[in-house]
Amino acid sequence: MAKITYKEHNGTNHTVDVQNGLTVMEGAVQNNIPGIDADCGGSMACATCHVYIKEDWFDKINKKNEGEDDMLDQAYEPKKNSRLSCQIIVSDDLDGLVVDMPEKQT
Amino acid sequence: MIKTDALIIGAGPTGLFTAHQLKLIGLDCEIVDNLDKIGGQCIELYPDKPIYDIPAVPECTGEELTNNLINQLKPFDIKFHLSERVDEVKKDGEKWIVKTNKGTSFTTPNVIIAGGVGSFEPRKFSVEGHEKFENKSILYSIKDKNIFKGKTVSIFGGGDSALDWAVELSNNSNVNLIHRRDEFRGAQATVDKVHEFTKSKKINLFTKFQLKKLNGSSKIESIDIEDDDKKIKNLKTDYVLGFFGLIMQLGPIANWGLNIDKKTVEVDTEKFETNQKGIYAVGDICNYPGKLKLILSGFHEGALAARACFKLARPNEKYRFEFTTSSKAIKNRLGVKSD
Repeated sequence: MAKITYKEHNGTNHTVDVQNGLTVMEGAVQNNIPGIDADCGGSMACATCHVYIKEDWFDKINKKNEGEDDMLDQAYEPKKNSRLSCQIIVSDDLDGLVVDMPEKQT
Repeated sequence: MIKTDALIIGAGPTGLFTAHQLKLIGLDCEIVDNLDKIGGQCIELYPDKPIYDIPAVPECTGEELTNNLINQLKPFDIKFHLSERVDEVKKDGEKWIVKTNKGTSFTTPNVIIAGGVGSFEPRKFSVEGHEKFENKSILYSIKDKNIFKGKTVSIFGGGDSALDWAVELSNNSNVNLIHRRDEFRGAQATVDKVHEFTKSKKINLFTKFQLKKLNGSSKIESIDIEDDDKKIKNLKTDYVLGFFGLIMQLGPIANWGLNIDKKTVEVDTEKFETNQKGIYAVGDICNYPGKLKLILSGFHEGALAARACFKLARPNEKYRFEFTTSSKAIKNRLGVKSD
């Protein structure tokens, strides 16, 4: 279990407990947190669960999957610290993770 | 005005199988899709990815599934309206008038929305003022490449479309290719060519840069691009092309008076009808308690919606359930011999 904070572009914070084994995307969708669309349902076929990861966390989470950067090319305003939240698996190590959501997903 | 028993919006697997079910029970139908090809997400997002949960098909790719569904429709004459988006659905007595963005209009008692997550649209630039230049100096697809002759063209993106056009246009134009990272996701042969052309100065390549600002009043005169370290470069340019892939947008469906929750349309589980009589939603776009976003669920939903269409299309006839193994009428429709 990890406490994850999802930060909306307007500054609103949502902190929820997410079970180990779920993805950061699923943690948002299951808790009805706005800002993550996940149109393709987590199959890495779209870029609508795009989040920004703070630098100190970026190296601690699992590395990008093959093809993830290809999808991120198609995200809204991708940056160096962009990730697809459907590719980040939650574990105890992620307790306290903060993800920033872009202004919009599409 | 085209008259049909049912109009299907969306040519993905669910839309295709729904058409099959309609034709099987003797109704006619036409299909509209905003993509330029048949297959929906299966063909646009994952043509090469294997799918393992289609009943009786242990493994097939998105493209194979689409081709099999098209084959299954071969006995029937179904008109497809591709590269058209349905913009308007309006009530007209007992019927619906449906209009597309290309001006095609239909009159039908039944509209079946099999639209997945909505229609595919090109992803656009997000910098300020991009709307002003759209379709003039900013383009997301190319219809006539001759307009670029002798001009400077700045191409953004790292996939096949961006790379192919950079190579092609470099013959007659001054080409800037700008991408947010060093790696490209295009075919290796094209990537190699881009690097070769960069060396020979046929293409000006800027990696780790993104569009920051558009300069110009009635048309674009130059652009500012910014790299990861916030370093800005100014490039003179006549055209800006963006190839960032396609995104899915619910689009005009939101304006048809349907109950929509989180980009999905609420339906009942008997007819898969929406809150509007004669408008159904099937596949990923529909929502009901227990909904699974699986292709197999879409097939079931389409089969039931097709039966519901019969009532409105043939109000004076009674629908009789029949099996394809034994029904003479169905075999006639399929063009196969009955025993």
